[in-house]
Amino acid sequence: MSRYSVFAIVREGLRHHTGWPRAWASPEPRARYDAIVVGAGGHGLATAYYLGRNHGITDVAVLEKGWLGGGNTGRNTTIIRSNYLQDPSAAIYEKSRALYETLSQELNYNVMFSPRGVMMLAQTEHEVRGYRRTAAANALQGVETEFIGPRRVKELCPIMNIDGPRYPVLGALWQPRGGTGRHDAVAWGYARACSQMGMHIIENCAVTGITVEGGQVRGVDTTRGPIGCDRLGLVVAGHSSQLADMAGFRLPIESLCLQALVSEPIKPCMDVVVMANTVHGYMSQSDKGEMVIGGGTDGFNNYTQRGSHHHIEETLRALVETFPMLSRLKMLRQWGGIVDMTGDRSPLISKTPVGGIFVNCGWGTGGFKAIPGSGWAMAELMAKGEPGPLAAEFSMFRFREGRFIDESVAAGVAH
Amino acid sequence: MRLETGGRLIDRTRPLRFRFDDRWMTGLAGDTLASALIGQGRILMGRSFKYHRPRGPVAAGLEEPNALVTLGTGARAEPNVRATQTELFQGLRADSQNRWPSLAFDLMAANDLVSRFLPAGFYYKTFIRPRAAWKHLFEPAIRRAAGLGPAPKAADPDRYDQVYAFCDVLVAGGGVAGLAAALAAARTGARVMLFEQAPHWGGRAPVDGGTVAGGDPAGWVAAAVAELAAMPDVTLRTRATVAAVHDHGYVLVEERLTDHLGGGPGPRRRLWRIRAGRVVNACGAFERPLAFPGNDRPGVMLASALRDYVVNWAVAPGPAAVVVTNNDDAYRTALALRRAGISVPVIADARPAADGPLPQAARAAGIRVATGTGIAGTVGRGRVVAVQLCDAGGGGHVTETIPCDAVAMSGGWSPAVHLWSQPGGRLRWDEAGAMFVPDPDHPPTGAAGEPIVTCAGAAAGALRLPDCIASGARAGDPAAAAPPAEAEAEAPLLPVWVMPSGAGPRKRAKMWLDFQNDVKVSDVELAAREGYRSVEHTKRYTTLGMATDQGKLSNVNGLAVLAQALDEAIPRVGTTTFRPPFVPVTIGALAGEARGAVFQPLRRTPLHDWHAAHGAVWEPVGLWRRPYCYPRANESRADAVAREVLNTRRALGLLDASTLGKIVVKGPDAGRFLDMIYTGAMSSLPVGRCRYGLLCNEQGFLIDDGVVARLAEDTWLCHTTSGGADRIHVWMEDWLQTEWWNWRVFTLNLTEQLAQIAVVGPHARKALEALGGMDVSKAALPFMHWAEGTLAGIPARVFRISFSGELSYEVAVPADRGVELWERLVAAGGPLGVMPYGTEALHVMRAEKGFIMIGDETDGTVIPQDLGLGWAISARKPDYLGKRGQMRPALADPDRWRLVGLMTLDGSVIPEGAYAVGAGRNANGQTATEGRVTSTYFSPTLNRGIALGLIRRGPERMGEVLTFAAEGRRVQARIVSPVFHDPEGKAQDV
Repeated sequence: MSRYSVFAIVREGLRHHTGWPRAWASPEPRARYDAIVVGAGGHGLATAYYLGRNHGITDVAVLEKGWLGGGNTGRNTTIIRSNYLQDPSAAIYEKSRALYETLSQELNYNVMFSPRGVMMLAQTEHEVRGYRRTAAANALQGVETEFIGPRRVKELCPIMNIDGPRYPVLGALWQPRGGTGRHDAVAWGYARACSQMGMHIIENCAVTGITVEGGQVRGVDTTRGPIGCDRLGLVVAGHSSQLADMAGFRLPIESLCLQALVSEPIKPCMDVVVMANTVHGYMSQSDKGEMVIGGGTDGFNNYTQRGSHHHIEETLRALVETFPMLSRLKMLRQWGGIVDMTGDRSPLISKTPVGGIFVNCGWGTGGFKAIPGSGWAMAELMAKGEPGPLAAEFSMFRFREGRFIDESVAAGVAH
Repeated sequence: MRLETGGRLIDRTRPLRFRFDDRWMTGLAGDTLASALIGQGRILMGRSFKYHRPRGPVAAGLEEPNALVTLGTGARAEPNVRATQTELFQGLRADSQNRWPSLAFDLMAANDLVSRFLPAGFYYKTFIRPRAAWKHLFEPAIRRAAGLGPAPKAADPDRYDQVYAFCDVLVAGGGVAGLAAALAAARTGARVMLFEQAPHWGGRAPVDGGTVAGGDPAGWVAAAVAELAAMPDVTLRTRATVAAVHDHGYVLVEERLTDHLGGGPGPRRRLWRIRAGRVVNACGAFERPLAFPGNDRPGVMLASALRDYVVNWAVAPGPAAVVVTNNDDAYRTALALRRAGISVPVIADARPAADGPLPQAARAAGIRVATGTGIAGTVGRGRVVAVQLCDAGGGGHVTETIPCDAVAMSGGWSPAVHLWSQPGGRLRWDEAGAMFVPDPDHPPTGAAGEPIVTCAGAAAGALRLPDCIASGARAGDPAAAAPPAEAEAEAPLLPVWVMPSGAGPRKRAKMWLDFQNDVKVSDVELAAREGYRSVEHTKRYTTLGMATDQGKLSNVNGLAVLAQALDEAIPRVGTTTFRPPFVPVTIGALAGEARGAVFQPLRRTPLHDWHAAHGAVWEPVGLWRRPYCYPRANESRADAVAREVLNTRRALGLLDASTLGKIVVKGPDAGRFLDMIYTGAMSSLPVGRCRYGLLCNEQGFLIDDGVVARLAEDTWLCHTTSGGADRIHVWMEDWLQTEWWNWRVFTLNLTEQLAQIAVVGPHARKALEALGGMDVSKAALPFMHWAEGTLAGIPARVFRISFSGELSYEVAVPADRGVELWERLVAAGGPLGVMPYGTEALHVMRAEKGFIMIGDETDGTVIPQDLGLGWAISARKPDYLGKRGQMRPALADPDRWRLVGLMTLDGSVIPEGAYAVGAGRNANGQTATEGRVTSTYFSPTLNRGIALGLIRRGPERMGEVLTFAAEGRRVQARIVSPVFHDPEGKAQDV
């Protein structure tokens, strides 16, 4: 495997790029591995990566039913932030954000982490109070945020109309080191690093069954044959419930389709990420120039990854209100992704009723930002069999005990 | 250049002036901007996205990737408009994009010089170090180079209309297949809607020739349109693009209303939202480019596009055009060019032989046909001036160089299957046509599993005129007879994905697949080499098909190249997902009329105008506007609030409480129902009495509160918070309809039917007595009772309830009598010192009394027990919503944060949202906390800051001093009782 650098590009350029090796290998599955991670999205690949990097476990297979990074990792609106209200959330999202800061260098793959700043608009007095509270909490949690006034909002994002007749902008929660990343590159970079450690990333390999003996996992059945393991991580977002069902337990997860869209590309006009929870929409501009817009979830549980109209209409109304210049742009493409929602809108990084099976899911509408931290915490859980401090509060059994980690106060609908 | 004769769509008698960049030019009515520019000898219309290479139009319709301009100026400027679809009007102004300083001389084209070092995905491999450079150096440079048109700067002054409609059969595409489908369906009596994206009917047939019903296709088209127009249940629209077919036949159509006029009165566009019984996709097919070296040079265009330019608009890039093809259809272009007087020096046909009727006709017309021949390269700066011929199967050795002004290329056709695939229709690979066609065995289905989309004509792969029109008629009505049609027979095409097939890497790096995004054959091959083998990986790694045409020209060529590189069959590689919209849709049209002040409805209380006339400062509360306070001249808001509080506590205040939720719950099972909905017992409440109630969700968390009054034996009136009225009404209905569906309970949200006025303060009774009417004495109407009667002759329901701790009556009257009552109160209260007060004074007074406010003291994680409201939970009831939730260990934990009052040691106001700092740090290194402030105000009554907060074991820690942190400072405050004012409650019960 060659190292990526500008020199490598020049060298290859001179020979028409014929010498580049595979970014990740495509091996045949072995009969067993020390650990299997199901789901080669960002979270699954990061889990495998930190199993190797932090815990020396490299006899790992990552199984993917389709193409790696093809689920929510490749469908989200790429926002990275950690301005969460509750302590456990702020801890894991800030860990994740901090890992993103150096991820390109660590993986030798440019994931284009761009800390351009994230602002969450306050458009009601209630939101003002909520975000002031979040800023106060963040200061004690070691997350750098501040509550800024409307004039500063306008300076940071000149295309915004802060004097809208219906929902004037009253301020914003501003996280200057939040931003965006290139979603595909995160998956590809982790995949390449995992492959370099000798791990097996096996695409087009759907898990069809999970073998449990005496309450302990023994392996999985796949479309490419049975594979044994003692440790199994289920990291499949929207389809987590189906895999849990194969292992004989239930998860407190509902699956919904989340809507997103992009405009045609235009020249740079917006250097920050803006989230507006009162009106349900969020937007940033990609490096390609598209306005990347996220909306809400369809109002019914389903597994179709399709764009629908109703939420898009509502989202665009709201955004045109806040960004009047959007009106003459054109929607280029819309799509949906299946998000895994828990009752308190916080994730599960958890042991399960089956020995050796661990779940990492429930990231709902905001999982991309959590990929490195989630992988870090999940790897620790899989390696040690017990959660570390980052994952400790995210047990799936918290609902039974009433220990919710409810972010709805600060996060509203959008992530 | 404009040809002397011909042009079926132009009107030579009507010249139109237009400006492109800084030059005024003349076109003709009926022109598109692209045809007018070609007519003026201008081929260069844009720059590519990545390398900024010069670009001319490659197509003549909606699939155009290159000729994108910014149309209009100022607030009406629209970026990325396809010149090929832009109808010319007098005074049109357009500007080229993505170039600096000018279209002809673009310094960013320096990228092109180093393009060999900028292959697909190069940015993933570099710009990694130093770390800060990505954000501050590399990314800004990339962002500036990327993007296409400039961002609009101003608000869009235009309006956008939206309509709903329904039909039995919706036909997308008004070519001969679509017209035949619409006719056949309409003749069965179906309600039909037919949409055509172009300004004219007929699609390709009038250009391509052949006969329908024994005559010119254009004649049949005109007759068909006339027949359809005369039918009562048929809707016909041109300039209307079917953008999306969603699940269950929900169709979006964007209609352009005034663009072709250069603006005008009325909405600019209209978004149709249609429920269609079924959809006929007759959107035709897109011709595919051929991937030969230099195929992106301006002047190289699709054979069908050049045919359109010559036949429809009588324009051409110049007097000589070379045709390069792998099929017979492109010979139609050669013949059309010859008929128009343009020379065709050669037809390079990659096939070993070409002997069908069309090639024979070409030869008969004296055109040289070179079989087995491809193009090794094009020559020219800024536009093509010659092509180099070679052996199509070789490595690209140049056998001949032929001067020309244009190259017409044809690599076959790809059906426009988007509207079939969007809702889930599957495709199959048609080996003979080398194209993906709809698989009739796997259509998109509706709720009952029935097919909801049928493809017709070229969109179904029926490319030849007779097949095309017949499949259209069948799609409209399986029993319909198709009009007879004839066209020349065509020999099979030869799939050619790379030309010449033996080209080396240097040539492959000059074969464009995606013109706009600068994706070449070499890029797709690189992606395959590096393991981005899924077609989705290839797309994302190379950006193939991610341009504004969404791969309409490039996708099939790209995946064929990928298949070759992977040594796989094309159908095994598969396609990327077809996502809506089919053609980009204006965001303004999607947003519609709901913008500005009507973005969401503004709710006004019956007293709204009075408040406005008396200087109210507004606070949005949900969709309502409520007076925050009523500042007088030169009075600050804070001073106004203090004045309103003190006046209410000392004399008399009036509050517009009309936004308060008022839900009537009635029926034989209403008491039982309310006992489940509320934590307290409502069934035991006597008629004539009021009781404070709490509502929890199933988890046990407090979601709303309010006073419940029992109006009659089977009727209760439930007051909710202002923000909660609709939510709680829905909450009640949710339980009634899904869980307790057999309980006999009816609910009615009366919030807007009643004006409600709180008359508050020591003089409240005197004020009501001055109005005359019902007895409001303590004996007749004690605290927490209600009574019905008249006040000042207005029928009223009066509640003795208090959210301020003062003597207080809430008076509900019919909404249309609200202003009358308010004005009578203002008049009667004059001698008593009456003043209106707003929401902030309301909040301050309730905090002074330690009353909780939903949304301040609660945030979805708080249970009534945390707030010292255990008294409002009935211990005798077997169940209520939230009871079991509250029994879970974490909700019964004695360490929970619980409500207390807080007073700063220095009398200051604690900042909003402050947290109580605990000892040390937690396992994740975060500063420990042990509570937080939930409400914090300056209390005019106490003349100091007061706050309510939730503190760990708070009520057990009275007198302790805690440190609060927020806004970068720390404040010390003592834990005290949450009731700051009148703890005995004397004032309210007089």
